[in-house]
Amino acid sequence: MNNESKLDTVKRTVITTQKNTKVTASVSFMNKKKWKDAGLFALFVGPVLLAFTVIVLIPFFTGIYYAFTDWNGITGTVKWVGLDNFKYLFSEDKQFQQSFMLTTKYTVVSIILTNIIGFGLALLVAQKLKTRNLLRTVFFMPNLIGGLILGFIWQFIFVKGFASIGELTGIPLFELAWLGDANTAFWGIVIVSLWQGAGYIMIIYIAALQNVPQELIEAARIDGANRFQILRHITMPLVAPAVTICLFLTTASSFKVFDANLSLTNGGPFKSTEMLALNIYTEAFVNNRYGIGEAKALIFFLVVAAITVLQVTISKKREVES
Amino acid sequence: MGNRYTWKTSIVEILAILVGLVFLVPFYYVFSNSLKSFAEILTNTSALPKVLIFDNYVNAFEKLDFLLVFKNSLIITIASNIVLVIFCSMAAYMLVRTKRKISNIIFMTFVAAMIIPFQSIMIPLIKTAGNLGILNSIWGLVFMYLGFGSGMTIFLYHGFIKGIPLELEEAAIIDGCSRFGVFWRIVFPLLKPITVTIVILNSLWIWNDFLLPSLVLQDPELRTIPLATFFFFGQYTKQWDLALAALVIGIIPLLIFFFTMQKHIIQGITSGSIK
Repeated sequence: MNNESKLDTVKRTVITTQKNTKVTASVSFMNKKKWKDAGLFALFVGPVLLAFTVIVLIPFFTGIYYAFTDWNGITGTVKWVGLDNFKYLFSEDKQFQQSFMLTTKYTVVSIILTNIIGFGLALLVAQKLKTRNLLRTVFFMPNLIGGLILGFIWQFIFVKGFASIGELTGIPLFELAWLGDANTAFWGIVIVSLWQGAGYIMIIYIAALQNVPQELIEAARIDGANRFQILRHITMPLVAPAVTICLFLTTASSFKVFDANLSLTNGGPFKSTEMLALNIYTEAFVNNRYGIGEAKALIFFLVVAAITVLQVTISKKREVES
Repeated sequence: MGNRYTWKTSIVEILAILVGLVFLVPFYYVFSNSLKSFAEILTNTSALPKVLIFDNYVNAFEKLDFLLVFKNSLIITIASNIVLVIFCSMAAYMLVRTKRKISNIIFMTFVAAMIIPFQSIMIPLIKTAGNLGILNSIWGLVFMYLGFGSGMTIFLYHGFIKGIPLELEEAAIIDGCSRFGVFWRIVFPLLKPITVTIVILNSLWIWNDFLLPSLVLQDPELRTIPLATFFFFGQYTKQWDLALAALVIGIIPLLIFFFTMQKHIIQGITSGSIK
C-alpha cells in the first residue's frame, strides 16, 4: 500500500514536470486528434451501422426471443413458453415437417439439375460457335426476371401452353394437369427454377472455363485425347473451385425459394407444394401465430447458416490447397 | 487447329440453337398470346395471333396504373442504390483504413449477418418498423434496403479498398486535404468498377423484390411493379389476355436495362458471385 502510493506520487511528479515542458501542448493535441478521428469514424460508419442495427440486428435478436413465446401480434401480452413451440413443430405440425422435407428434396433436385444444365450450357457456349454471344444472352435472360413474374409466366405455360402442345403433339406428358397434382406441381417449381437459375450458373462456369489454359487442351489433343477425355481429365479438375461456388449458391437460393412458389402454385394443390419460406410466411401473416412462425424462422436460419459456414470452410480449405 | 469450324462444331451449333429455342418458348407463348383476344388464347394457344390486338396492352397499362408503379419502382431502386453506395463506401473505407479492433468487429458483424435469411427477420422487423412509423412509406422501405443491402455492399467495397495503395491519400493529406475530401475526391472515383458491380447487383435485387415491399407498402398508391403484378393476377385470375399483357409490360423495363448494360451485368454477376 504505502509503497504503491509512494510510487504514484513519484509518477505524478514526473508527469507534472513533463507537463511543464512542451508536452502539454502535444498531449492535448493528441487528445484532440483522437476525438477528431473518433468523430470521423462515427460520421463515416455511423449512418449505415444505424440502419443495419435497426433493420437487421435488433429484429434478428428479438426474433430469437419471440421463438420462445406465444406472441400472436395482436394481444399485448407475450408469454415465455420455453421450448413448447419447437416441441409443437416436431411432434404436431405435420405441415411444417412436410414443408421441411419437400424443401430438402427440392433443394437436392434443383442443385443437381441446375448445375448439370448450367455447366452443359457453359460448355456449349464455350465452343467456337457463330451464335455463341446470342445464345449466352438467351440462356441468361430469364435470370433477370424476378421469381414472382417468372412464376406467373409459367403458370400460363403449364395451364394453357402445355395443354395446347399436348393437343398438337399427343405427347401424354403435356396433357397432364401439371399444377393440379402434387407431384407434377413440384416438378413445375423445379422447371421454373432451372429456367431461371441455369443461365446464372452458366455465367460463372463460363468464367471458370475461360481460365483453363488453352495450351493444356491443345497438348492433350496432340497426345490423342478425345473431347470427352479432355473434359473429364483436364477441364473438370480445373473448374472444380467454380463447382463448389455454384453448388453452394444454388443450395442457398433453392432452400430460400419463395417468390416462384407463391406465384406458381401458392403452395397448392392443398398445401402439397408449400416450401419452408412460404410456410413461415403463412404461419406468421395468415395464421397470425408469430411465436410459432419465429420458431420456424429460427430453424430455417440455422439450416441456412450451417450450409453457408460449410461453404466458407470448404472454399477456404481449397484456397490453402491450391 | 482448334479454331477451325468443322462439321462437328456445326452439329454442336445446331444443338445449341435448339436448346436456345427451348429457352425462348415461354417468352414466345407469353408474348404471342398477349396480342390475341381472349377467345383466341383459349382455342389457339400455340399459333401466332391471327389479328394483332393491342387493346390488351392499353387495358393492362391502365389497370396496372403502370406509370405510377413504374415511377415507384424507379424511385425506390434509385434512392436505395444512392444511399447504399454513399454510406457503404464511406463505412467500408473507414473500416479498412482504421486499424483497430472495433473496425474488425463491425466488419465481421456486417459479413456474418449476410447469412441471415429474410424470413428469419421479417416478423419482428414489421413490428419494429410499425413502432418507428416507417411502414407504408417509400422512404422507410429505402431505409430498410440500406440495412439489408449493407452487408454485401460493404463486403464488396471492403475487398476492393484493401487493394488501393495508401500513398495517394497520404500525399493528399500532406497537401492539406481533409479526410472527407480525400475520400470523395481521391478514393471514391477509384471505386468505380466495383460501384458498377454493386449497383447492378442491388438494382436487380431491389427491382424484382416482392416480399419486403409487400409487407411494408400497404397503400395501393405506393405499389411497385412486382406488387402491382401480384395484385393484378389475383384480381384477374384466368383473364389471360389482360394478365399476359401485364406480364410483358412488367418485363420490358428489365429487358431494356439488360440490353443497354449487358456487358456490365455479366461482369458484375461473375465478380459478385466469386467473392
